Amino acid sequence: MEKGTLRIKTGFAEMFKGGVIMDVVNAQQAEIAQEAGAVAVMALERVPADIRAQGGVARMSDPKLIKEIMSAVSIPVMAKCRIGHTVEAQILEALGVDFIDESEVLTPADESFHIDKHAFKVPFVCGATDIGEALRRIAEGAAMIRTKGEAGTGNVVEAVRHARSVLGAIRQIQALPREELMTYAKNHGAPYELVLWVHENGRLPVVNFAAGGVATPADAALMMQLGMDGVFVGSGIFKSGDPRKRARAIVRAVTHYNNPEVLAEVSEDLGEPMVGINLDFLSEEEKLARRGW
Amino acid sequence: MGVKVGVLAIQGDVREHRRMLEALGVEVAEVRLPQHLEGLAGLIVPGGESTTIGMLSREYGLEESIRARLEAGSLAVWGTCAGAIWLAKHIPQFPDQPRLGCLDITVQRNGYGRQVDSFEADLCIEGFDRPFPAFFIRAPRILGVGEGVEVLASFEGSPVLVRSGKIWASTFHPELTSDARIHKIFLEACGR
Repeated sequence: MEKGTLRIKTGFAEMFKGGVIMDVVNAQQAEIAQEAGAVAVMALERVPADIRAQGGVARMSDPKLIKEIMSAVSIPVMAKCRIGHTVEAQILEALGVDFIDESEVLTPADESFHIDKHAFKVPFVCGATDIGEALRRIAEGAAMIRTKGEAGTGNVVEAVRHARSVLGAIRQIQALPREELMTYAKNHGAPYELVLWVHENGRLPVVNFAAGGVATPADAALMMQLGMDGVFVGSGIFKSGDPRKRARAIVRAVTHYNNPEVLAEVSEDLGEPMVGINLDFLSEEEKLARRGW
Repeated sequence: MGVKVGVLAIQGDVREHRRMLEALGVEVAEVRLPQHLEGLAGLIVPGGESTTIGMLSREYGLEESIRARLEAGSLAVWGTCAGAIWLAKHIPQFPDQPRLGCLDITVQRNGYGRQVDSFEADLCIEGFDRPFPAFFIRAPRILGVGEGVEVLASFEGSPVLVRSGKIWASTFHPELTSDARIHKIFLEACGR
């Protein structure tokens, strides 16, 4: 019997497919997420919209809060650590969280290096804006990839950009003749062995979720139709007028993403969505998606 | 000859089951609504989150339609991991969890611990001449089986692969391997 193997970690991530993972800041929100049909919750102190509004250094959440959320629900619990902060990750693993998000939403702890994720038994998810970044994270041991999008804005445009970038690159790699793969790997800063794997299999070796700016059931279904495996919703639920209703609607939209009748039905009368931010008004410095290397 | 098998596609590792079944040469349908059950000889309920799968199957009328097909004896069903929870008659920790509940077994969700305790191990399965590579991921533990439930494999004293007539359950994930032996014998139960 062997625990924490790569196949156990990537296999667990496969189980989230077709599901919605929701940001929650307390046990009560976690229960609402579970009752709505979330496949996991992300435990954190502040949702990205508040991190953006309040500023300051954003860190790993208080273990007490994470433990309260873990005991409130039976579904898996994820938590975020800062990019490159190996010790925050060790603490989260010791708490027994089911998945760690090495996240650009928190303030990076290391401006050059990410965590060696192979050194952990707990699986990691990492954000990526393009294929090179996705394959670098996978080579470091990430068991799941998500788009970065632009968290806390309620604007799906960046998630769409990142999804199209990664999925388009996969199609391109598939079509390239084998002798061009090494130069492709070099030009994109991507490990050659993984480029070869993508060439042969036509997908990433781990699941690929949408995140960052998903605010409506239609946004979620759009990401699924583009070819993503599932959806993270951060501020989009608990910053909206009727979180319970919106959470339920987004879960159903992800299952029935190809069925416009069901999508129309669940999109009705959801109350106010979160107030969005037009990305044209964000300076380059304010964009979280630029974090990570 | 020509059986069609469905994979319940509410949520979970649908793709892996689909790939396995297609490699064995059967036609596969993804089942999200009751009308998708038409013409199916078998149905696999994949791994995923059992609360999500249970809730949405009930809401969209799948639970009821699948129960009717099972009672008529016209469908074989196999649940893996979350799917096994969905089939279980007894879940003492969560008695009200929405589910089909037609297989007389008692399960404990996350019965081997959280994700950090998930593991892989080789299993001896009745009728197989070599071990089967099994992945247990936040797996349920089968605490007991009722009369007429056959145990095909156990691990550390707990049943992990069981069947009762046309209803099968495994607490591990054969679909994550490249070993199609269990899928193959399930297809025989579907009438292939």
